Amino acid sequence: MARYILKRFSLMIVTLLVIITATFFLMHSLPGTPLKNEEKLSPELRAQILEQYGLDKPAYVQYFKFVGHLVQGDLGKSLNYDGREVTDMLMQGFGPSLLIGSQALLFGVLIGLILGVLAALKRNTWLDSLATGASIMGVSIPSFVLAALLAYFVGVKLGWLPATGYDTYSATIMPSFALSFAVIAQISRYVRTEMVEVLEQDYMRTAKAKGINRFAILVRHALRNALIPAITVMGPLAVNIITGSLVVEGIFAIPGMGKMFVESILNNDYTVIMGTTIFYSVLIVVTLFIVDLLYGIIDPRIRITGAKE
Amino acid sequence: MSTEKTYTPDLFEPIGQLDKRAEQLNRKQVGVWKDAWLRFKQNKGALLGLFLVLVIGLLAIFGPLINDYDWSSQNVTIKNQDTAVDGHYFGTDHAGRDLWQRVWYGAKVSLMIAFLAVFLDVIIGVTIGGISGYFGGRVDAVIQRFIEIIYSIPNLIIIILLIMLMEPGIWAIAISIAMTGWVPMSRIVRAQVLKLRSQEYVLAARTLGASHKRILLKHLIPNVIGPIIIAVTFSIPSAIFFEAFLSFIGLGLRPPEASLGVLISEGNGFMQLSPHNLIWPATVLSILMFAFNMIGDGLRDALDPRMKK
Amino acid sequence: MSKILDVRDLHVSFHTYSGEVKAVRGVSFDVEKGQTLAIVGESGCGKSVTSQAIMKLILTPPGEYKHGEVLYNGKDLVKMSEKEMEQIRGKEIAMIFQDPMTSLNPTMTVGKQIVEGIIKHQKLSKAEAKEKAIEMLKLVGIPSPESRFTQYPHQFSGGMRQRAMIAIALSCNPNVLIADEPTTALDVTIQAQIMDLMKDLQARLGTSIILITHDLGVVAETADRVVVMYAGKVVESGTINEIFAEPRHPYTWGLMNSMPKLNQDRSEELSPIPGAPPDLLAPPKGCAFAARCKYAMKICQEVDPELTEHSKDHRVACWLEHPMAEAYRKEVVEGRESV
Repeated sequence: MARYILKRFSLMIVTLLVIITATFFLMHSLPGTPLKNEEKLSPELRAQILEQYGLDKPAYVQYFKFVGHLVQGDLGKSLNYDGREVTDMLMQGFGPSLLIGSQALLFGVLIGLILGVLAALKRNTWLDSLATGASIMGVSIPSFVLAALLAYFVGVKLGWLPATGYDTYSATIMPSFALSFAVIAQISRYVRTEMVEVLEQDYMRTAKAKGINRFAILVRHALRNALIPAITVMGPLAVNIITGSLVVEGIFAIPGMGKMFVESILNNDYTVIMGTTIFYSVLIVVTLFIVDLLYGIIDPRIRITGAKE
Repeated sequence: MSTEKTYTPDLFEPIGQLDKRAEQLNRKQVGVWKDAWLRFKQNKGALLGLFLVLVIGLLAIFGPLINDYDWSSQNVTIKNQDTAVDGHYFGTDHAGRDLWQRVWYGAKVSLMIAFLAVFLDVIIGVTIGGISGYFGGRVDAVIQRFIEIIYSIPNLIIIILLIMLMEPGIWAIAISIAMTGWVPMSRIVRAQVLKLRSQEYVLAARTLGASHKRILLKHLIPNVIGPIIIAVTFSIPSAIFFEAFLSFIGLGLRPPEASLGVLISEGNGFMQLSPHNLIWPATVLSILMFAFNMIGDGLRDALDPRMKK
Repeated sequence: MSKILDVRDLHVSFHTYSGEVKAVRGVSFDVEKGQTLAIVGESGCGKSVTSQAIMKLILTPPGEYKHGEVLYNGKDLVKMSEKEMEQIRGKEIAMIFQDPMTSLNPTMTVGKQIVEGIIKHQKLSKAEAKEKAIEMLKLVGIPSPESRFTQYPHQFSGGMRQRAMIAIALSCNPNVLIADEPTTALDVTIQAQIMDLMKDLQARLGTSIILITHDLGVVAETADRVVVMYAGKVVESGTINEIFAEPRHPYTWGLMNSMPKLNQDRSEELSPIPGAPPDLLAPPKGCAFAARCKYAMKICQEVDPELTEHSKDHRVACWLEHPMAEAYRKEVVEGRESV
């Protein structure tokens, strides 16, 4: 097990290094310079600013400097908002994004689980159709469409919840809900498939042949085996929520990382783009790593064989 | 018992064995494709999906011929009309352009981008997956590490970074989407190739001196075609989604060009004034995504022999 | 002796997308106390479905009990509710499944899987149940049962898993044990060990066994009575001696011929039965075996023969048994013996 963790951990570090390098050089090959109102600057001033940001040095020098600072948690300064530290901006944006994202995740996983399990148990009934319908709707209606419609109808027309802003807790409900839609779809579909497969396994018949009652069989034998593989959706789910947050935060004017990222792209704010990309990647890579470890701990087939090595 | 009934002696004439065939299935052999089609036909959702795709496809091509406007002419005297008058079936947008024309033109552009992206997906995915699976060993290991790294960065971030490198336009969007979309395709192909490679008939073909290329073409490709078709049907809605997403955050096509994403983005801006600007393109987009997902589900059930019951 | 289990005219169908598959089409047999009944036949003949139908393990839908009774000590199990069946399953009738690799829950310790049934049926405390479970593991010949108790199925070998399955099945002293191809998935030496174990436990505990198999060798060694099934029906049934010494149905002849014999000349080939079983989506109107039968007559294609009594215990469903076919039958039997 220890060896497996170590192997998995080093793979994670390599992945991160590749991502950082790729992002850096990709940003560097972009056409144009990231300076505002470039045409209006005199050549001297332009050179001065480039020097100030270290942009006049060769790419590899900039790269090593960048990595050196990165290790110390320094992602440089925003090119757009004069002098603001990217790290500070990320920290500020992370709070709202985390709150909304985790609410969406919790709600979505809960509802998705219930729907998925019920659909598998009542296969080919109206309940199954309902769950399938819900999951297909969740996949078919993009979060930004849902968010825009919610903002208009619930926020503006009905006025039940604030349509924009991040001042009160109630303002987080609609964006969380808009994000959770896709989570419900993904989880319910996955859990249903797993559950249907588990229900057809031979060991379910063995359990039934012992005279155990339906509910106990469901909890002790079916759910456990169906939910272990479901842990692996956590990675894609995190990706899903991040993707959604890029637009949903914009629509509801939430001052989160997603909104910041989109603005930085439109402003060619390279340091912020790089910083956010790296932050997102770390988030995903670490999530995938933890999911892998969890899987190993929960599934005895991996845990024990791993320990023997 | 039976002796009570009367039988004529001629019934007891020996006729001998009729079925002299060696061990073989008695059930009428239905071709794989015919069998799949029979099962697909039973799936009402999939048929509905197919119907909707056809309807929207036809409207995208012939819809613009139905009224007398075109997609780009402005008429500021009739801005933001939300009722169907003078042949403006969907009303007009903020610049007085006919929304019916714009929606179907936009749907055509979105579909074109999606098909283009998926076409590139298949070419890249099949090539890389095929190489990885067929040659195995070191080649496979390197490719798989590479894929693992790509997999741990959210697709959208890769797409955004790539699109920043290129001139905005249909090709740029399609290429960026394809750059991440090929990964699942290659995994499917690799898995299938690995599975088939170890099977005896490939070994037999090899001992008979068949070349790599011949084996790939004759034996492997026919077997991977099913899973590829399924993956394609799921890739199309995902490409439609990414196009809309990119246009929504301002990285895709720019107005006055139209795609479903551009229209939704514009509609979102004028939501408060005239929600129909958002609702029409959003509905077409959602129906398209829904329809392709239903077809994909139906195909998966029809082509996946594990589900055969 | 008394009948403990009496299956009467059982019909079970499955509803599939291409129609109704009549998997079991009127099967009757009975099991006496302490005896072993073997059900033999090719795969797909309905023997597994029959065995699972006895314990009502068939999922409905897609399955359906069309007709018939399963009398256990005189009570009809088919009519029982799920709640009542829970008291029968495991406690009165227990089952061992074909594949020990997939029949145990991979994420639950073997000990827990045995304890589960004991707690349900014997109202013991957890500690007592554990003691009993370890005792069962010892009984089925698993070494160091205390440490094995906390292990997971994947840490067991195939033979060990089947022993654990037997321990689960026998932990509540059932009156009837159904063993569905208990040795098919195991290698030959383990097969013999498992069969010996079952015989030994039967002698000690007085359990009746229904042994489902396609292996006539196993049948010859263990069974008291034999039921031969083909295409969802019983074609011949009788005591072990009757079936092996004087088989009367052409299908049973076929099964015997396809079994290797110890004294068989090397030059003599095994002769498998040509052809394949009929499609049970649309069973033929006559005898289901007619198309593959060397001795088929016109009537075999027209009318399905009924199970008739040849002697007290020996029943056969074949038109050759009919008085009008007596001469032909004689010819056939002589022809067979001269080969």
